[in-house]
Amino acid sequence: MTAAAARRKILGVVAEFPSATTLYQAAERVRDKGYRFWDVHSPFPIHGMNQAMGLRKSPLGYIIFCGGLTGFLTAASLEFIPSSFLYPLIVHGKPVNFFTVPAFFPVMFELTVLFSAFTAFFGVFVMNRLPRLHHPIFDYEQFRRVTDDAFFLIIEASDPRFSDTVTREFLEEIGGKDVTLLYEHD
Amino acid sequence: MAETRAPATVPFEGRLPRPPMVLNNRSMSWITNLIAGIPEQKTPLWWYITIAITGSIAAFGVFCILYLLFTGVGVWGNNIPVGWAWDITNFVFWIGIGHAGTLISAILFLCRQKWRTSINRASEAMTLFAVICAAIYPGIHVGRVWMVWFMAPVPNPNWIWPNFRSPLLWDVFAVSTYFTVSVLFWFLGLVPDLATMRDRARSKVGKFCYGLLALGWRGGNRQWRHYEMAYLILAGLSTPLVLSVHSTVSFDFATSLIPGWHTTIFPPYFVAGAIFGGFAMVLSLMLPARSIYKLHDVFTWNHIDVMCKIILLTGSIVGYAYTMEFFVAFYGANPFERFAFINRYFGPYWWAAWSMFTCNVVIPQLFWVRAFRRNLITVFFVCMCVNAGMWYERFVIIAVSLTRDFLPSSWGMYYPTWVDVMTFAGTFGIFTTFFLIFIRFFPMIAMSEVKTVLPEADPHYRPPAIGGTESIKEAHV
Repeated sequence: MTAAAARRKILGVVAEFPSATTLYQAAERVRDKGYRFWDVHSPFPIHGMNQAMGLRKSPLGYIIFCGGLTGFLTAASLEFIPSSFLYPLIVHGKPVNFFTVPAFFPVMFELTVLFSAFTAFFGVFVMNRLPRLHHPIFDYEQFRRVTDDAFFLIIEASDPRFSDTVTREFLEEIGGKDVTLLYEHD
Repeated sequence: MAETRAPATVPFEGRLPRPPMVLNNRSMSWITNLIAGIPEQKTPLWWYITIAITGSIAAFGVFCILYLLFTGVGVWGNNIPVGWAWDITNFVFWIGIGHAGTLISAILFLCRQKWRTSINRASEAMTLFAVICAAIYPGIHVGRVWMVWFMAPVPNPNWIWPNFRSPLLWDVFAVSTYFTVSVLFWFLGLVPDLATMRDRARSKVGKFCYGLLALGWRGGNRQWRHYEMAYLILAGLSTPLVLSVHSTVSFDFATSLIPGWHTTIFPPYFVAGAIFGGFAMVLSLMLPARSIYKLHDVFTWNHIDVMCKIILLTGSIVGYAYTMEFFVAFYGANPFERFAFINRYFGPYWWAAWSMFTCNVVIPQLFWVRAFRRNLITVFFVCMCVNAGMWYERFVIIAVSLTRDFLPSSWGMYYPTWVDVMTFAGTFGIFTTFFLIFIRFFPMIAMSEVKTVLPEADPHYRPPAIGGTESIKEAHV
């Protein structure tokens, strides 16, 4: 390590694991050690990794429900305000009242689905703080294989338990290969 | 003799092994290289030739549409009584094709049908392009296209609002929602694979474009957690949506009084037909792509076999609907309804109805035989028959029912013009051109999803013992 590198701020430590199985077992160890700001990176979602990392279910479902409810209410006002007040239209001899509501269901259904889908799509990116043009981890040359067949575990320096020596040794102990410190890009 | 008798029980340890999703024990990086390698390689000559042909057809189709808009709907063969003819036939035909893509991506996902991973990306892309082709027709068939905005519920100086109880308005909402949700679902699935393309890109343009589209995806589990939830919910939303879209399309006919249209069987019958026709189109596109790009290990004969079974199932549902319609016309004792069905099969357009029945019901029965489900020629032949048969079905329902309704004095015949024919050919040009562009620039198989169905993707997988051939998997309770 050069003297210039030593002066730069440490962002975290990254370790590579050879398979999904080893990454899963390592995640369980890191979770049990009590780390908080860390993540595992893999080319595909690993089944059961949320439990191994001690993460709860994604709260996205509740947000999407609110989106769907907004869609439903939008459709209801879009239909009933013009049909009942602005331009009351009697079709087939049927007025707009409680008994003719089923004919308004299709549009309500479609807008509920539309608004939920938009919430799901934008929700996943907002929750993941994406899109973002750059991330310091992309400076680590090995990391580009994460979208191919490589598995990484990263512990951030902002974690209260982080120490550039102890955490490094810990990652090596649980089977991490090429354990590397990540520095701020200057 | 006693010792040669078969034992009462057979010693059997564990479960029977399932057929592997990816053949020849391919590794993850092999899959990445195969699929990401397709857009990365030099553009092949056949691609230029094909896109020149399909692009010319598409351009001629656009010319026909402009000719229609500048001249008027009189350039089509539509008349009174046949006010809806090839325009709506082609609309229903294309929108139906889209349904297979959503079935594969949403319903099969909820049913945990892992084999869908090999074909979902291309089928979803096919959905988008089919819905684009479909959406052209309602836009242009109104004649005065600059009045189309009247369908939208916006305030206007005439103080007129659309009738929200009309199936035609439901259709506007259903089709536009379907298209939007399909785009979102398709793009969400594409993001991790675009990240793969970004990380592999060598050229500056590739790095920039794929990098921008990948939105900074890093594949962290904190990202996958929300991603998987969003994907699951989008699948859950798309499932009722896809069933509702063709049901709403069928309401356009079912809520009218025309004999042959006024039938309660229409929604399930249309949905089954849509999935049937769509699977045939997926196979028609994917079988050539599979042969050209040597996708045999990822898109295996097992996949084709299951898809053929779905074609057989939905084709038989469609056959049941045809027969039941005929029976109900007889049993319902409505003379106009009876006449409409006798006219359908024995009237002047008998050839269309019998082509429909042969292509959709009789020929797919070949798939009862395993050898026919695993033969490239028979599979492709049946799919082509189904593609044609499903177009005939819509023509028979829509145009033939209109030619002879209640009053013989208002009967008439329908003949398409060259503009009708070339506009339809043009939509095929648009569809195939879009598909060619898609397979040239985007990974056509969902790499990140195919990797999840590999045995080693399971965190409880143990590599096989040295010398052993079978992988041992712990029972995960």
